[in-house]
Amino acid sequence: MSKCSIGLLALSSLFLSGAAIAQEKIKVGVTATLEGTYTVLGEDGMRGHQTALNVLGKKIGDKELEFIVASTDATPDSAVRAVRKLIEQDKVQILLSPLSGDEGIAVKNFAKTHPELTFINAASGAQETTYVDPAPNFFRYNMDGAQWQVGLGKYAYDEKKYRKIATVGEDYSFIYTQVFGLVLEFCGAGGQVTNRQWVPLGTKDFASVIAALPDDVDAIYLGLGGADAVNFLNQYQQAGGKAHLMGGSIMIDQTILSSKGNAKNALIGTIAASGQADTWEDPGWQKFVKAYQDAFPPNKRFPSPSLLATNYYGSTMALILALRQVNGDLSNNQGKFREALAKIELDAPNGKIKLDSNRQAIGTNFVTEVVDDGKGALFSKVVKVIPNVNQTLGYDPAVFSKIGLPSRTVPECKKY
Amino acid sequence: MSRFVERHPAWALITIIAIAVLLWLVFAVWPPGLEEAIGRKRVFLNAVFNGVTLGGLYFLVASGFTLIFGLMRNVNLAHGSLYLFGGYVGYAISSATGSWLLSFIVAFILTALVGVLLQVIVFRRMEGQDLRQTMVTIGLSIVFADLMLWACGGDFYQIQTPSWLIGPVDLPLITAVKSSGEPVYLRYPMVRLVIFAASVVIGVAMWLALNRTRIGMIIRAGVDDRDILAATGVRIQLVFVLVFAFGAGLAGIAGVVGGTFQSLSPGEDIRFLLASLVVVIVGGMGSIPGAALGALIIGLAEQLGSVYIPTYAIVVTFLIMVLVLAIRPQGLLARR
Repeated sequence: MSKCSIGLLALSSLFLSGAAIAQEKIKVGVTATLEGTYTVLGEDGMRGHQTALNVLGKKIGDKELEFIVASTDATPDSAVRAVRKLIEQDKVQILLSPLSGDEGIAVKNFAKTHPELTFINAASGAQETTYVDPAPNFFRYNMDGAQWQVGLGKYAYDEKKYRKIATVGEDYSFIYTQVFGLVLEFCGAGGQVTNRQWVPLGTKDFASVIAALPDDVDAIYLGLGGADAVNFLNQYQQAGGKAHLMGGSIMIDQTILSSKGNAKNALIGTIAASGQADTWEDPGWQKFVKAYQDAFPPNKRFPSPSLLATNYYGSTMALILALRQVNGDLSNNQGKFREALAKIELDAPNGKIKLDSNRQAIGTNFVTEVVDDGKGALFSKVVKVIPNVNQTLGYDPAVFSKIGLPSRTVPECKKY
Repeated sequence: MSRFVERHPAWALITIIAIAVLLWLVFAVWPPGLEEAIGRKRVFLNAVFNGVTLGGLYFLVASGFTLIFGLMRNVNLAHGSLYLFGGYVGYAISSATGSWLLSFIVAFILTALVGVLLQVIVFRRMEGQDLRQTMVTIGLSIVFADLMLWACGGDFYQIQTPSWLIGPVDLPLITAVKSSGEPVYLRYPMVRLVIFAASVVIGVAMWLALNRTRIGMIIRAGVDDRDILAATGVRIQLVFVLVFAFGAGLAGIAGVVGGTFQSLSPGEDIRFLLASLVVVIVGGMGSIPGAALGALIIGLAEQLGSVYIPTYAIVVTFLIMVLVLAIRPQGLLARR
């Protein structure tokens, strides 16, 4: 079977080279959540990807990149299905995938069955993906959910004087990882997390969840994204909710801050942490925002790129730069290309990024606060910039491994 | 009712006790022991109210579905698309004119028109061929979903709640008594109450129309025996078109309701199709009171489940469906 397909490939390439001047293509498969709860996130991720292509171009020496996009819906099986289709049907050589946490874990495991291909994580942020049994051909240039929460717990405790908080989050790995990062830092500083509520991804009716929120806390942390976040805010407003809010990385993000309707106004003043901040003054960031804004008409994009756009931009950038370093050489099971990927230091829009020995990003994190720009648009304003955040969040690896893997109840609220 | 008591005295007793316990839970001030065991009364009351109001929304979608099925034996699997279409239309109207009420009227009319087209162009051509109709409607729902994705994008849309409906109201139900002896009343979103009231009104009006008017009589006769009805000279095709338009229009209204207290996005069509399928399977295919009962049960199960057993909340509705199929496969209130 494989012989036959190789023969066919050779034959067809012969025809192609005869027909025109040979232009070898490198096929890259991209997945994004273009269906379901996280549709908006996937769409903006693709905008980030497109922006990177506009800025960097598709040429690798005398070869050209060809991208094939497949859609997923944030469930692990949809991601594996999409990746499998890209590999088996479209014969891609490199994958830029996936977007969401559970997808990441599934695709990482799937990557092990294709050691001859290279996987570059597009945006997913579950800790387990690169921390537990990492795949040698899976590279992640964005930080994980816990890294994206660094700084928030301390800021809430020291500056905002919150002592007791409760959390509401979607019931899957990325949000577990986010709450993990928050709880470690907030409880480490002396705070208490009294209640953790988990709702299924794709919940529409939050009224009962809102009613069950405790009254005796200083703030409520929201780890929701996409349609779930919008629905929550809408119903929170209808129920007359007034508590202080704290937000996760995809909650306080342009995907939510620029949603239609006025429910998002409940978020003004909310503190959050993420791998980016909309109003950061760094020239590299501003340049990226400009490129993003120039690439699409205003009604087809957000006022400012979302975290997903930034992540897709970063991973596309890593792909292109590493390929250029090796001049598109994918021989020897892509060995040279992988070496380049592991060593590359990205000058990404949201700060410098390098990889650790698990091929996981070490990068910059931002504590932010939501502000109104006076014209009704909401942005996240930088409060604090924290460089060099690694996956063990500054803990000694031995101590960190004792905490356990992020889950509904891990970590315990105590000082480690 | 009295016949039910005579036939099943045990079941009647259990039902009466269950209702009495529920009423006591709703109206009494909970003793501290109970609060410790199952949580605060506010949470329970909210879950019950949410379940009932969500049931109101499910009823709006499912009643059209069951009406169409009851009369024409069409399983219209594009019903969810009609819901989403109505919602988008409602959003367009309310954002263009600022009128929430107008959006209901326009959504009803436009989805009813789509329903008429469906009936005339699709269903009339394949009357009596259940399988073909089912396959065609599945296909149509996919096509509609992609067309709407193309037109509206993957964004979330929320229909602006009119200002007089925003915010909570105090209900005369005591959730707790403060240490000072001052009672704490239940605060509940106004918009959900209004929507629930509206769905009750629509339900009652439908029941009256079906049971007290001439056209209702024709429809009921059609449900029982279509062929004999046609033989008596009633223009059955016209009745079909009217019923289909009305059922579709209800789905459109439900879309506006859903867009107001939840949100509209791709995928909602499938979710509401599934919900209405479960509702009519539980309640009984073709029965309006069945749709009401099924919607209430499913709404309550979803909301109480999401509060008390959040991990398994998704399973509860399907568990109910499985139970009903096992014990009473024709549905709780089906006649046959």
